Amino acid sequence: MQVTLRVFRYNPEKDKRGRYETYTLEAEETDRILDLLEKVKGYHDGTLSFRRSCAHGVCGSDAMRVNGRNYLACKVLVRDVGERITVEPLLGLRVIKDLIVDMEPFFDNYKKVLPYFINDTALPEDGKERRQSPEQRARFDDTTKCILCAACTTSCPSYWASDDYLGPAALVTAHRFIFDSRDAAASERLKIVGETSGVARCHTIYNCTMACPREIQITRAIGELKLATLTGKLE
Amino acid sequence: MAGLYASRSVKTAVISKLYPTRSHTGAAQGGIGAALGNLEEDHPEWHTYDTVKGSDYLGDQDAIEFMCEEAPEAVLELEHMGLPFDRTPDGKISQRPFGGHTNNVTGKPVRRAAHAADRTGHMILQTLYQQCLKNKVTFFDEFQVLDFLSVNGKTAGVVAVELATGELHVFHAKAVIFATGGHGRIFEVTSNAYAYTGDGAAVLLRRGIPLEDMEFFQFHPTGIYKLGILITEGVRGEGGVLINGAGERFMPKYAPTVKDLASRDIISRAIYTEIREGRGVNGKNYVYLDARPESVNRYAALDGRTNPDGSAYTVTAEELLHKLPDIVDFNRVYLGIDPMTQMMPIQPTAHYTMGGIPTNKYGEVVVDDRNTVYPGLYGAGECACVSVHGANRLGTNSLLDLIVFGKHSGLKAAEYAGQAAFEPLPADAESNARAQLDELRGGTGKENAFDIATEMKKVMFDDVGIYRSSKGMQSAIEKIGELRERFRHVKVMDTGRIFNTELLNAWELGSMLDIADVIARCALNRTESRGGHSREDFSKRDDQNWLKHTLAVLNGGRVDISYKPVAITKYPPKERTY
Repeated sequence: MQVTLRVFRYNPEKDKRGRYETYTLEAEETDRILDLLEKVKGYHDGTLSFRRSCAHGVCGSDAMRVNGRNYLACKVLVRDVGERITVEPLLGLRVIKDLIVDMEPFFDNYKKVLPYFINDTALPEDGKERRQSPEQRARFDDTTKCILCAACTTSCPSYWASDDYLGPAALVTAHRFIFDSRDAAASERLKIVGETSGVARCHTIYNCTMACPREIQITRAIGELKLATLTGKLE
Repeated sequence: MAGLYASRSVKTAVISKLYPTRSHTGAAQGGIGAALGNLEEDHPEWHTYDTVKGSDYLGDQDAIEFMCEEAPEAVLELEHMGLPFDRTPDGKISQRPFGGHTNNVTGKPVRRAAHAADRTGHMILQTLYQQCLKNKVTFFDEFQVLDFLSVNGKTAGVVAVELATGELHVFHAKAVIFATGGHGRIFEVTSNAYAYTGDGAAVLLRRGIPLEDMEFFQFHPTGIYKLGILITEGVRGEGGVLINGAGERFMPKYAPTVKDLASRDIISRAIYTEIREGRGVNGKNYVYLDARPESVNRYAALDGRTNPDGSAYTVTAEELLHKLPDIVDFNRVYLGIDPMTQMMPIQPTAHYTMGGIPTNKYGEVVVDDRNTVYPGLYGAGECACVSVHGANRLGTNSLLDLIVFGKHSGLKAAEYAGQAAFEPLPADAESNARAQLDELRGGTGKENAFDIATEMKKVMFDDVGIYRSSKGMQSAIEKIGELRERFRHVKVMDTGRIFNTELLNAWELGSMLDIADVIARCALNRTESRGGHSREDFSKRDDQNWLKHTLAVLNGGRVDISYKPVAITKYPPKERTY
């Protein structure tokens, strides 16, 4: 089948503003959008720039907008979006070149929620694992799936409108540690997400949940954080 | 892991061509092997023997013993760093069976793979990155290393290009650890990321460092048909079985004891044999992996498989979904099928680089048959060849390898850097890197890099793949030579500095072509079959002549091959059956 691929282009060394280029390609309906971008780069215009690595939805490099919605380009197929396809960079982050955006503000927010396991108490005497029941482990399973692709954060109107909102991805990371029974810094993190740049900025729009390629129930996780900041309780 | 450990005592920078959380460790699914014995009896000695046997006796037994002894502590250390392993009912780290891992008394599969659903690698990568942030390790994200610098045979640093600006940077260092991954992208069907282009090995090869056992590459039995995306061995660990086009479970013919949990080289060859004898599905190049709960339960009953408490092993769809969520997701997204009610079409996929930069068990790069250490240079993970995997790696041992040898290379590099002085940088340290990029910008433009890459991948998969023959490999070597010549005429059209990914991709293709040439030559040279290297014209293992490692050196454009002995301690080679 033939598809029309309309791609946002911006070369900071030449262009004053972005523009769109349209490519007509032969494609299979099972082709990934990433496959189409590779084809354009290989045979139509080598200057087209985008990030990618694993090509099967686990590394988080190639989040972008396809027909107006955030996806990983390697996890959305032609049959999912049809024959007329528009590909654009993520919203809310500065475009550096073509489909590549500046990820630094995104990672800066991630770093604000103490995104690492903290427990300075003594290890079990036998040197073995800190015990955790399957139920305790299940409590934060969903939020361990995050690959930091930024699809959620850049789909969030509150994030677009704000300079300092932590955004859904950083909150997902906070959730992953706050609800881990082994972690000892929940109160510190709850304080961070309880500030005005935190959960208060979430207006339950659900864009993040819709955008997540890992199907994390993000709005629910943020809701659990909201409740915990109010009650100080983790159940 | 290496950066984390080094940073505890010396000033450390991590240079990565991707954001670190994009690294391919994150794609590892099934588990990390360690004889914790959390669910049943297990011992590091059993793990050692299984790994030696899995390596088809080409692994160095001192290094294997070291890795397997260190394994339980290494896995517990990850747990102490917060890694969210799945749990047993009593709260311990959960473990599942995996190919080639056995109870050495009964020969039956043993639960040794510590796991976090089917995203164990993701959890390891995230946890280590997080701990690096906690320890304030400095990261240079999206910097591609192009060259290794040395003075008087000692390490002086590396040269890297910053993707965001196109600028070359010289990193002056007392010690350098390469943890640059494998090169599966030289093959047509692969589970590997685009980034897996063998850059680290190629950079050192061009600077005169040998590469070890490059002919050994692992083809994982279960990649999604055509796409190559990995379906973890954990599916078979949970009871999934392989079914040919005639509807028969075929692995008992090839591995009567452990059947679908034989080691990967054996299963990949079995699948190819089925296909070649006309028992692929619909006459095509694939077979089925069946993980439907009713099939799992039927075959588990036939095999007499039991739970740790002795009761009969059964699963429900809900349990499988919980243990293998990503596998279900991959099937739904890419194939539109539900593995709980349908069988998955699979074919072997290029998966893992057993060979690589020669190191000892401390991660020190060793450059000759006497294992002479190269001062200040270290390797860890898939790019390195310790060698613990020999001719065939067991599942779960790659994550173990990178944790154990990442740790020890980090410690050793820090120890060295703590007492060594900086070597002076060579004059115009960037010149070699700059010349490589200039050449790619200045080609005639009559050749297309994508065409060259496509042809390389095809010839490597077809002729230097699962089955190899003298004729096929000779023609592959000629073809690669022709492609390398054509590569000189490639011209990068993008003249910009900022995120010139076309230039970067072309440079990576140069790495792949160099590596492909070395692999094909080493494979042709080894006139026997062992582990992942399987020759139709020399179908038997030949310990008399070939119980030795290959060392390949680039000598003025020519590949010179020499050998070094295999370290054998407790386990004399014997015939390998499963």
